[in-house]
Amino acid sequence: MTATGIGASVRRKEDARFLTGKGNYVDDISRPGQLHAYILRSPHAHAEIRGVDTVQAKAAPGVAAVFTGADMQVGGLPCGWLIHSKDGTPMAEPPHPVLAQGKVRHVGDPVAVVIADTRDRAKDAAELVKVDYKTLPAVASAEAALKPGAPRVHEAAANNLCYDWHIGDEAATKAAFAKAAHITRLDVVNNRLVANPMEPRAAIGDFDRGTGEYTLYTTTQNPHVIRLLMCAFVLQLPEHKVRVVAPDVGGGFGTKIFHYAEEAIVTWAAGKLAKAVKWTADRSESFLSDAQGRDHVTHAELALDKDGKFLGLRVSTVANLGAYLSTFGPAVPTYLYATLLAGTYTTPAIYAEVKGVFTNTVPVDAYRGAGRPEACFVVERIVDKAAREMKVDPAELRRRNFIPKNAYPYQTPVAVVYDSGDYFSTLEMALKAADYDGFAKRREESAKRGKLRGLGLATYIEACGVAPSQLVGQLGARAGLYESAEVRVHPTGSISVFTGSHSHGQGHETTFAQLVSERLGIPLESIDIIHGDTNKIQFGMGTYGSRSLPVGGSALVKALDKIVNKGKKIAAHLLEASETDIEFKDGKFSIAGTDKNVPFGQVAFTAYVPHNYPSQELEPGLDETAFYDPANFTYPSGAYVAEVEVDRDTGAVQLVNFTCADDFGRIINPMIVAGQVHGGLAQGIGQALYENTIYDKDAQLVTGSFMDYCMPRADNLPSFTVDTHVTLCAHNPLGVKGCGEAGAIGAPVAVINAVVDALGPLGVTDLTMPATAEKVWRAIHDPNMPKAAE
Amino acid sequence: MYNFDYQRPQSVADASKAIAGKDEAKLLAGGMTLIPTLKQRLAKPSDLVDLGRIAELKGIKRDGSAIVIGAMTRHADVASSDVVKSAIPALAQLAGGIGDPQVRNRGTIGGSLANNDPAADYPAAVLGLNATVITNKRRIAADDFFKGMFETALGQDEIITAVSFPVAEKAGYSKFPNPASRYAIVGVFVARSGGHVRVAVTGAGPAVFHQKEMEAALTRSFTPDAVANVKQSASGLNSDIHASAEYRAHLVTVMAKRAVAAAG
Repeated sequence: MTATGIGASVRRKEDARFLTGKGNYVDDISRPGQLHAYILRSPHAHAEIRGVDTVQAKAAPGVAAVFTGADMQVGGLPCGWLIHSKDGTPMAEPPHPVLAQGKVRHVGDPVAVVIADTRDRAKDAAELVKVDYKTLPAVASAEAALKPGAPRVHEAAANNLCYDWHIGDEAATKAAFAKAAHITRLDVVNNRLVANPMEPRAAIGDFDRGTGEYTLYTTTQNPHVIRLLMCAFVLQLPEHKVRVVAPDVGGGFGTKIFHYAEEAIVTWAAGKLAKAVKWTADRSESFLSDAQGRDHVTHAELALDKDGKFLGLRVSTVANLGAYLSTFGPAVPTYLYATLLAGTYTTPAIYAEVKGVFTNTVPVDAYRGAGRPEACFVVERIVDKAAREMKVDPAELRRRNFIPKNAYPYQTPVAVVYDSGDYFSTLEMALKAADYDGFAKRREESAKRGKLRGLGLATYIEACGVAPSQLVGQLGARAGLYESAEVRVHPTGSISVFTGSHSHGQGHETTFAQLVSERLGIPLESIDIIHGDTNKIQFGMGTYGSRSLPVGGSALVKALDKIVNKGKKIAAHLLEASETDIEFKDGKFSIAGTDKNVPFGQVAFTAYVPHNYPSQELEPGLDETAFYDPANFTYPSGAYVAEVEVDRDTGAVQLVNFTCADDFGRIINPMIVAGQVHGGLAQGIGQALYENTIYDKDAQLVTGSFMDYCMPRADNLPSFTVDTHVTLCAHNPLGVKGCGEAGAIGAPVAVINAVVDALGPLGVTDLTMPATAEKVWRAIHDPNMPKAAE
Repeated sequence: MYNFDYQRPQSVADASKAIAGKDEAKLLAGGMTLIPTLKQRLAKPSDLVDLGRIAELKGIKRDGSAIVIGAMTRHADVASSDVVKSAIPALAQLAGGIGDPQVRNRGTIGGSLANNDPAADYPAAVLGLNATVITNKRRIAADDFFKGMFETALGQDEIITAVSFPVAEKAGYSKFPNPASRYAIVGVFVARSGGHVRVAVTGAGPAVFHQKEMEAALTRSFTPDAVANVKQSASGLNSDIHASAEYRAHLVTVMAKRAVAAAG
């Protein structure tokens, strides 16, 4: 390991810029003559639009234009994944208009855009737009939406059903239950979450009257995907005339993956008005327009033999998709969820059914973990419940069922094949670090202070770097899932890397530079990582699903291989040796077994000033591009231990310890990895204890601000104990697995298991998220009837 | 926000003149509620009269047996004041638990009281300590000041200039914060002075109120046990997504016990 190579905790190169206010976010950008857009949104969850009168608004001071759905006749927002129901029929795919066409289907649905010289004047004018709504009955809960007579969200979806999908072997699972010695049953609600990145979404459309080129600056995790979807499906623009720039982006967490109406609106309007048009969401708007996460209702059953070996798992889930299909909405509760229901266990038979349901709520899509936290929650809750019912130590029951270390590649009953892992070691590490054996004593000590103490375990499996493209294509994905990298060596030996991955907090500018530094033996200061601009980057699928290092990093390694290979040819020529005798190490090309060498910088210079060069065989220049399409997902795993103290008088839960042992494969930068785990944990703990998205009976969002939607804060969190255990990914060149989502996947269920453990002596066997003080207080007072204030 | 005329008077007299007769004018203190309200276009004042530059409204001093805090004194200044900490530590502790550091460094005691949010902390201290609200026109006893949800005894052009807190023998405050907003879901302030005990409850009802049964019980015996079995009725209490009326009622007893324990 070098000081800046693989395995070094290098300080993040980008932080100086971020911490001193020199970042460049979309809202920091201003184009000459720029206008400002305000989106008029529906105040109703469901209504017919009988007319929109924009006459007064158009005449208001400073107003350049007012457009409604009638003006903006373009394609609908596309869905990127087609799910087929059990019976083979394709999912219901109702149109998703950019601006409402005759109907609004959730509070926040865009109805019109007002464009003026200032944002305030656009807002003023928006108050003059008269929309004649005829309100219709609305439904917010997916279970209610499935009931006969429920309000119908789309004509194209009978019973509000988008799909009725399944996976696994129903007959084998039934047979497993027939021979069970014990069956554990569990009902789970996975609460709906709002991602709330620190930077709200923003977009600027610009148009060059000279060249006819459009530029869209937008807060996205994947600029090429946005360009592709917007050009091909919504605006029908040729891609070579559209540039999409995602500059510094202040957090994504999944909700900035998707193609949103506002991106198409500002781009289209910029063309119409031949002026730049900027839109920036305020926080209230983010609550009503950023795709939300989770929202599952699940019934699960686990069959066990008398020794606690899992025989079968049966899962039935109703997933709320919201009012429209967001870009990857249908894939999250299906292929990103039910394929992970084996967890870390050898459960031989699994059958899962998932109903995707339309409701009058903000669309639901990927949020940190996307389907995998929901799967982990079901598996690890039911395993914990089974352990308590069978009076087996929860750690021991897990050990009895772990996939053994020598079983890889391991084919699960739910389609995926795990390539590597070591669940015994991560569990032992976590138990040891958390002093599992000393818990009974700590519990007694808490009891002396009148507190109830509980400890909860979770193991998790994650599937990162969704791939390969061919396979996901068969599963309904309408995109490829590879990544690209270009390594451009400059004549004096410094390097620009162009990656299709996008950093919005992950630290790629550092981690990716470490890969280059390690491979080429050059200092980090000589390496820049460039991302987020379709005019600079060859192509890219962006960053989500913890894919940047396993997929984007692998593409970079492939491109570096090409650089080294070409470098060897040049060095062989310079050293008058055979190419096969050249080795590259520590930044030098040398003839094996001799001290004759040329440094990397000299080879680079020679490539661009090829006076002494094998021009017959070799092109000048040192600039290589690679695309990488992985052979499989990667499967990070780990074990988490949460410890809580409950105040009996108030029901308040205090998280006192949290311990992690993660297997992310090879670690490039341990400090950045720890930071990723910390952030994921905060969001996972937030889901378990604080965050909840509540719609009232009219499908109005009640938790539409930070006064009511409770984000976790520093004082809610203990100092985390994090460590890693390495088993290498078997199929990518770095052996890396991805670490971005683990915390959000493993934490919620570990915390809930801990709270249930704390309340166990009172007879409590289950508790829904978030475990708010009142809910816990009610459970303490009436263990069989825990009910929330809402 | 909508347009308004902005004024920044240098004295209370000028501020009073600036709003006199203007029903749609608003006084701006720390702005912790008013500014978000304006930004969301939920208020449309004709004038915003900023009290931020009026020196006579700032500061903390001991005045005989009372602590007098200027209306424009920030929560952070009250929390860190040696005068307050030594005379009425419960008041400093209360101020140090309002909102978050940003709020404590902008929000003011006068602004909080004039707004009279049902879940604000300061009303509990003012009522519990039997403080006097001093305005540019008169002195208002705590029992006469709070009139209901967001309602006070203040007249249209009346400006709070200071609050005078009598130093109690013993005082304690215990709050169960809303985890999202950090306002009080329930906050209970208890104070004993000259054989009398006052118990003020914020967060639980439409406005701060006296808990009379607890006052009687604590007058007999100023101990946590004395209130342990005094139940607050849930009737008329607030009920929302954060806490039901029943839970708030329960918390009143728990917080009262803890406030007494904190008072020592």
